[in-house]
Amino acid sequence: MENTLDPADLQAVWLTLKLASVTTLFLLFIATPLAWWLAHSRKWYKGAVAALVALPLVLPPSVLGFYLLLLMGPHGLVGSLTSALHLGRLPFSFAGLVVGSVLFSLPFAVQPIQNAFEATGKRPLEVASTLRAGSWDRFFSVALPLARPGFITAIILAFAHTVGEFGVVLMLGGNIPGETRVLSVDIYNHVEAMEYGTAQLLAGGMVLFSFVVLLTLYFTSGKLLKVSR
Amino acid sequence: MSGQPQNEIHAHFVLQLGEFALDVSFSAPAVGVTALFGPSGSGKTTLLRCIAGLEHAAGMLHVNGEVWQDDKQNLPTHKRQLGYVFQEASLFPHLSVRANLEYGLSRTPTVERKVKLEQVVEWMGLCHLIDRGDPASLSGGERQRVAVSRALLTSPRILLMDEPLSALDTASKQEILPYLEKLHRELNIPVLYVSHSLDEVARLADHLVAMENGRVIANGPLREILTRLDLPLANFDDAGAVIEAEVGQQDPAYNLTQLNFSGGSLWIGQVKQPLGDRVRVRVLARDVSIATQFSHGSSITNILPACIAGIRCESSDKVNVLLNVGESQVLLSRITHRSLDLLNLTVGLKVFAQVKSVALMA
Repeated sequence: MENTLDPADLQAVWLTLKLASVTTLFLLFIATPLAWWLAHSRKWYKGAVAALVALPLVLPPSVLGFYLLLLMGPHGLVGSLTSALHLGRLPFSFAGLVVGSVLFSLPFAVQPIQNAFEATGKRPLEVASTLRAGSWDRFFSVALPLARPGFITAIILAFAHTVGEFGVVLMLGGNIPGETRVLSVDIYNHVEAMEYGTAQLLAGGMVLFSFVVLLTLYFTSGKLLKVSR
Repeated sequence: MSGQPQNEIHAHFVLQLGEFALDVSFSAPAVGVTALFGPSGSGKTTLLRCIAGLEHAAGMLHVNGEVWQDDKQNLPTHKRQLGYVFQEASLFPHLSVRANLEYGLSRTPTVERKVKLEQVVEWMGLCHLIDRGDPASLSGGERQRVAVSRALLTSPRILLMDEPLSALDTASKQEILPYLEKLHRELNIPVLYVSHSLDEVARLADHLVAMENGRVIANGPLREILTRLDLPLANFDDAGAVIEAEVGQQDPAYNLTQLNFSGGSLWIGQVKQPLGDRVRVRVLARDVSIATQFSHGSSITNILPACIAGIRCESSDKVNVLLNVGESQVLLSRITHRSLDLLNLTVGLKVFAQVKSVALMA
């Protein structure tokens, strides 16, 4: 029984971290305006948007992956568009994984940020506007810093959740080394091949990683809460 | 804008907020302190928010000859040269005390700046607090002083204050009131001051806009509005007249000071202000009794000749009487219906107002 990690495994670890980082970065840009809108809008369809955002929480990842595959495939709406723009196809590529991961982890990024914006309330922004700050200024000088705990939670959750992703990757990205073979898939491969030692090593690492992440989350949010009081 | 009076506020707002309807139209001088006074739920805070542009009402608003809102435009709050002090200090928790003060200052164009940070800090007694990191470590009164200073540092053309004392306990109120009075006396910024406390209004305001159920029910100089018999204000327990007087001679033997005003003079417990200083005193209606003859054997020091200018019966035991004292001063007196009948009081009758107590306001 082999008990060591070969370069392919390390590549999977590296790919996983890359995917999680890129996904988290994209999520911040998407989730922040979305969370802002959800926190402040009074539109009638706000509930529907909130439900859509939360959908990945309850859907099996395979369902999400399946529809993304159809959508981004050669006959899909997005697929035809990317072909027409000579961007190639998204499924079975790293870019496709990023798209899938962003959607899959969206609620984990949106909800903490939205909660933080809601907890801040309108008053600090009103104060800022009476102190001559325009809307962008108010957002960057008041809303963002006050929502910092929410952003930290969002970053940690989105990153960790992407690291732990399996179903969407399998449906959408398959198993291409260096391109789409992430850690969770790699572990699956090792188990399939009865290489329990290596699987043990990688899986144990994941457990440790997840635990450390949640522990960090617990302490940082606790500390941040104390500061803001 | 030419053709618009420079030192006035003209406002007209119509706003429906759920069940509550605001429909106000008023003009007030943009000098000194104008109080928006009324019971809670009368719409005074909503009106103030409309003036600040925090609430979007239909209507128009001219401040100091500048159009802030009309049919064509509605300046956003950050483009209106105003300062706003909220009920709670609302300091930014993520900024230090100094950064809070600098927030508005740094966003005010240099040419518009009329005050320096150090000036305001010293003036509001914040020197020992400015280097505190966390605003949450300040007391309620200190926080509100920082909030007032922060607003002043944007060099506003008008200062809007929404019950800045109501969230404070009595001790903190007493701590901050002198600063607000100083503001009133020394700083040439018009103030719109929302309050439901007659005591605060009598202390600070020059002009009064009285509100009820989302409407303005009276608007005029403080002295006039406080003593108008047809308004609910005259019916308050602590209803009374305000007198602007000049510090006169002292009676060191009895620790008394004489205050002179156009209609006569009043003796009051010794005041610190020097001879000739202007002070404001308040005479409550319940502390003024009426005699038809000058009473020589009375323990009451302050007896003023007066003429009855109005009588209004509110209930069997509550009659409000308006008294002219001298040329331009009025007093309110609260008597019972029985006294009214026994003394045969009628409008135009010459009487003596016996003033039991006088409260110095500043």
